[in-house]
Amino acid sequence: MPVIAFRQALKDAMDEEMARDQNVILMGEEVAQYNGAYKVSQGLLDKYGPERVIDTPITEEGFTGVGIGAAMVGLRPIVEWMTLNFSAQAFDQVLNNAAKLRHMSGGQLNVPIVFRGPNGPAEYLSSQHSQSFQAFYSHIPGLKVVAPYTPHDAKGMLKSAIRDDNPVIFLENEMMYAWKGEVPEEEYLVALGKADIKRTGEEVTLISFSKPMQTVLEAAEVLEKEGYSAEVLDLRSLRPLDEEAVFASVVKTNRCVIIDNDWPMASFGSYLGWLISKNCFDSLDAPVELVAMEDVPMPYNHNLELAVQPSVEKIVTAAKRVMYV
Amino acid sequence: MADSTVGAPSSAGAAPEKKPTSKTSGRDEKTFRTELLRQMLLIRRLEEKSAQMYGLRKIGGFCHLYIGQEAVAVGAVAALDLKDDYVLTAYRDHGHALACGMDPKAMMAELYGRQTGCSRGKGGSMHMFDVDKHMLGGNGIVGAHIPLATGVALKIKYKKENGVVLCFFGDGAIHQGSFHESLNLAKIWDLPIVYICENNQYGMGTDFRRVSSVADFSKMGVSYDIPGSQVDGMNVLKVHAAVKEAADGARKEHQPSFIEALTYRYKGHSMSDPATYRTKEELGEYKNQDPILILKAQMLKSKQLSNEEFDKIDVECKGISNEAAQFAEDSPQPAIETLYEDVLV
Repeated sequence: MPVIAFRQALKDAMDEEMARDQNVILMGEEVAQYNGAYKVSQGLLDKYGPERVIDTPITEEGFTGVGIGAAMVGLRPIVEWMTLNFSAQAFDQVLNNAAKLRHMSGGQLNVPIVFRGPNGPAEYLSSQHSQSFQAFYSHIPGLKVVAPYTPHDAKGMLKSAIRDDNPVIFLENEMMYAWKGEVPEEEYLVALGKADIKRTGEEVTLISFSKPMQTVLEAAEVLEKEGYSAEVLDLRSLRPLDEEAVFASVVKTNRCVIIDNDWPMASFGSYLGWLISKNCFDSLDAPVELVAMEDVPMPYNHNLELAVQPSVEKIVTAAKRVMYV
Repeated sequence: MADSTVGAPSSAGAAPEKKPTSKTSGRDEKTFRTELLRQMLLIRRLEEKSAQMYGLRKIGGFCHLYIGQEAVAVGAVAALDLKDDYVLTAYRDHGHALACGMDPKAMMAELYGRQTGCSRGKGGSMHMFDVDKHMLGGNGIVGAHIPLATGVALKIKYKKENGVVLCFFGDGAIHQGSFHESLNLAKIWDLPIVYICENNQYGMGTDFRRVSSVADFSKMGVSYDIPGSQVDGMNVLKVHAAVKEAADGARKEHQPSFIEALTYRYKGHSMSDPATYRTKEELGEYKNQDPILILKAQMLKSKQLSNEEFDKIDVECKGISNEAAQFAEDSPQPAIETLYEDVLV
């Protein structure tokens, strides 16, 4: 099976869907002539031309809203945000238009659109460029929010997102674009809303998604070496959430650590912790743990920025805490 | 209503079969003007009925009446063919919805929050949608629908269609970034859209002159190399002529344009606003240039209308308004489980 980078998987997904459906267009800052700020759209302008691969000015509210408007009347735009941090400029368009038009029209409208871009910390970017937006967007009914970890899932889920008739927030990460993985040559889709067990285990469930999955899998290795069996669940999709898979794993292991690289207060991880505590109360042998970012803006200094985020050590410590070892 | 629409039946005894045109002379002109008059009267009477029913607490929430501004929506939408063209507006949307041919019963039922409302009781006063008739809301965040309208125009261009988008908004929206971002995008991408600012002079309680760097909004397009003009928004024929020219230009050349329609709302910003920030004299002055009276006087003078004919139309419009209210009253409340519907496809 070919091994390709995460960015290539995303590009291939867009390429295949653009070839399949004339209504799919790509728009955003630097997506066309520059081939993408992170080269995710490499070659698409040459292949599909400027009518379908559209460079926008730096005007996030404007082009995000334009994408939503085009989606209301039948196009299937992919809007690239150079980073989710800049999507704050467009937040009103997502919250009040993309997520509401179907509702406030009494079901008359669909908004088939994908908003995608890097989310969460990269490196050395300080506080305005290192934020996580999963809590903001997964808070909103009327949206789907997904965050794949592997190139395989990135391709299959982006294709599904483009074909979905709802607005989908597709979370990536700068550091992941070069990560490689096996991706089949033949066409495939990965359904939205399905979690994936990355590693089976018996004594504790570790739940995460997107880039922190790598750290979580390393932590599971460390635990194994110390004689503890951890199950690792990759949520892949935050909204809709695969509650069935989450509860099944926790009921099996009786212990759970959630790893969410975001501020802890009112976060996705804290919601998931509540959901598990409520639904798996009789199965839990310890309170659910949450390994989150420190509750501070991201510093520039590398030692400090690493200290802010979940680490192998923090995850192992939390796992041991719920196992009372 | 005024326009041929997407194969939908005419609403509630409201529409003549014939599509109006602005061609002058003879019967055509009389028919066209009578239709404009009838639409403005229908909006006026339905809004009065809405105010009455709001007073009786049949209608709740924010309810922004269009009384006084009827000439803008009616004159502008009469320049469209809603088979290809689209309309988006803000939350003072009842007049635009009716001008696009929305069934008055569906509108009133939506105001009542009933299952039979155009948005199944999910939207209310601010969210009138009739997608089959290309009326895409009814949008509640000031200025936030302007990029949406621009996106609809992008679709028209991308699909090489013949349509044009009318994007209505108020003087309160014009300082939002969404307006300025949209104008720039429409110009760099050559989009077929007419931005229509209905300057009713007050953004809620704020006189537009207190918060604008320019008093003449038609200059607002200049930074984006978009032609701008002002039109008397109390005169339906002038509005129609200006919008027709702009819409035809947009269709032929795929170029955006901007029109400021100078108008006035007789009521407060919403039902809860007594409008004490303006004088009785000012209100009286505008009531003397009432859009319905202006057209009526013009038609009486040119013998295209008699007082009896006017009264007959008025009685019809009052009847439609009463029927709409009765329909809403008789319609069922939406079932509680419908609250989970219309969220995702």
